[in-house]
Amino acid sequence: MEKKDIHTFSEKDPVIHIKGLEKSFAGVPVLKGIDMNLFKGENLVVLGRSGSGKSVLIKIISGLLRADKGEVWVLGKDMNHIEQEELSVLRSRIGFSFQNSALYDSMTVSQNLEFPLVRNQKNLSRKEIDTAVTKVLEDVGLVQTRKQMPSELSGGQKKRIGIARTLILNPEIMLYDEPTAGLDPITCIEINHLINEVQSRFQTSSIIITHDLTCAKETGDRMAVILDGKFEREGSFEEVFESDDERIKPFFDYNFIR
Amino acid sequence: MPQNSKELSDQTHSEVKKLSKLDHLFLEVYKVFQFLARFFKEAFRPPYEWQELIRQCYQVGVKSLLLISLTGLIVGIIFTKQSRPSLSEFGATSWLPSLISIAINRTLAPLLTALIAAGKVGSSIGAELSSMKVSEQIDAMEVSGTRPFKYLVCIRILATTLMMPLLSAYTALIALLGGFLNIYTNEGTSWNTFIEQVFEPISFVDLISSLSKAVLFGFTIGAVSCYQGYNATKGTEGVGKAANASVVTGMFMVFIEEILVVQITGFFK
Repeated sequence: MEKKDIHTFSEKDPVIHIKGLEKSFAGVPVLKGIDMNLFKGENLVVLGRSGSGKSVLIKIISGLLRADKGEVWVLGKDMNHIEQEELSVLRSRIGFSFQNSALYDSMTVSQNLEFPLVRNQKNLSRKEIDTAVTKVLEDVGLVQTRKQMPSELSGGQKKRIGIARTLILNPEIMLYDEPTAGLDPITCIEINHLINEVQSRFQTSSIIITHDLTCAKETGDRMAVILDGKFEREGSFEEVFESDDERIKPFFDYNFIR
Repeated sequence: MPQNSKELSDQTHSEVKKLSKLDHLFLEVYKVFQFLARFFKEAFRPPYEWQELIRQCYQVGVKSLLLISLTGLIVGIIFTKQSRPSLSEFGATSWLPSLISIAINRTLAPLLTALIAAGKVGSSIGAELSSMKVSEQIDAMEVSGTRPFKYLVCIRILATTLMMPLLSAYTALIALLGGFLNIYTNEGTSWNTFIEQVFEPISFVDLISSLSKAVLFGFTIGAVSCYQGYNATKGTEGVGKAANASVVTGMFMVFIEEILVVQITGFFK
């Protein structure tokens, strides 16, 4: 599939670089100085309590929200000064898996997948579109749902189709917002496997927002915990797990890890 | 004059409150103009979504036909029936076709169509876009590098703007048919005589005025409902509010525009 490659990143280059990121809503500060790097091919898990600004962070990375202060560089582009045209091109290189899947409920699964493809890659023949749709449906193991409406799918299937919709554009970065929220344990395991498969097959760099420590352990190469609007602890799962911080310990206690 | 610090504080507080309401109003007006400017900027630039435009025209036009036909026919019959006693007092029932023609073509057809469309189409657009907004479907379009504003907003406004004159002409036809049925039953006037009398009082200015009103009403209904739906917040509560505001604001705007267009066309007569 055609890729709009503007800049090639080596494994040492951060595909996302954030410095001193601050964001407030109605005067209430949510992010108070986030510093982070996401490197090529890496899965970074971001843990944090509800309302701690995890989703805000990935919405700023995808350009859905603007930072109040600080630097945000995504695939070499300054998100604070990016033009609309450039942002559209950049967004086709970023996949965003929404917490509630956000499938277009007036379209079939196939139309959901075609929608971003035909608008980002012009002059595709009907056959090429069908081939691309079939391929991503095979990648997520849901070829049989092609003609179904989103309302006919289970929660896990919706998540997979949501991920497939991003994969159809061959993204370089994947942003997962609570990928296992509201799913049964078996489906959670399947989604975790899919996240790892996407990383290895598509060589994506990912940020995974979650409270689910099994998901964090299974999918993360590195973890960061947002506390009071900042990344308080970063490292491998074991390093974060060993924390004595009273604010971090409850995550592990609740998930029966200790 | 404030007598003590409490009164002073209350006064200052109410002034701040007033100011913030005024600020809110100006902010809303600014947002509406920004929304309209974005529509004119994006609507006529490629890529064009022809297929979606046809689908939306079908939704706005064909799916409103039954309701418009029934309403138009009933209004035509009732208006003719209610006008007869006043004219018969002067022995002028033969003027009925001219009277209903003027009333229907100049005002009733575009206004009636717009009110029905504001209720049926406006609420549907407001509810559809707001539910897409609160379920993050619009964000999903945005992050996939597509242009939801063009696909969802521009297309719907264009569809209502294009279909309203056609629906208005159709309403006029059906309402006149209703009027004819009533006149034929009571006065026995022939179809040919009726048609002659219907077209006699209608001037070119009337037709242009009626057409421009229909275009304006269509644009307004589309723009109001898209604005309400696209800017919806607060979850499912926001969906209800957006649908409601689409209808109420749409109808209110239609009446204001009706008065303005009538005043403006009055200068050309």
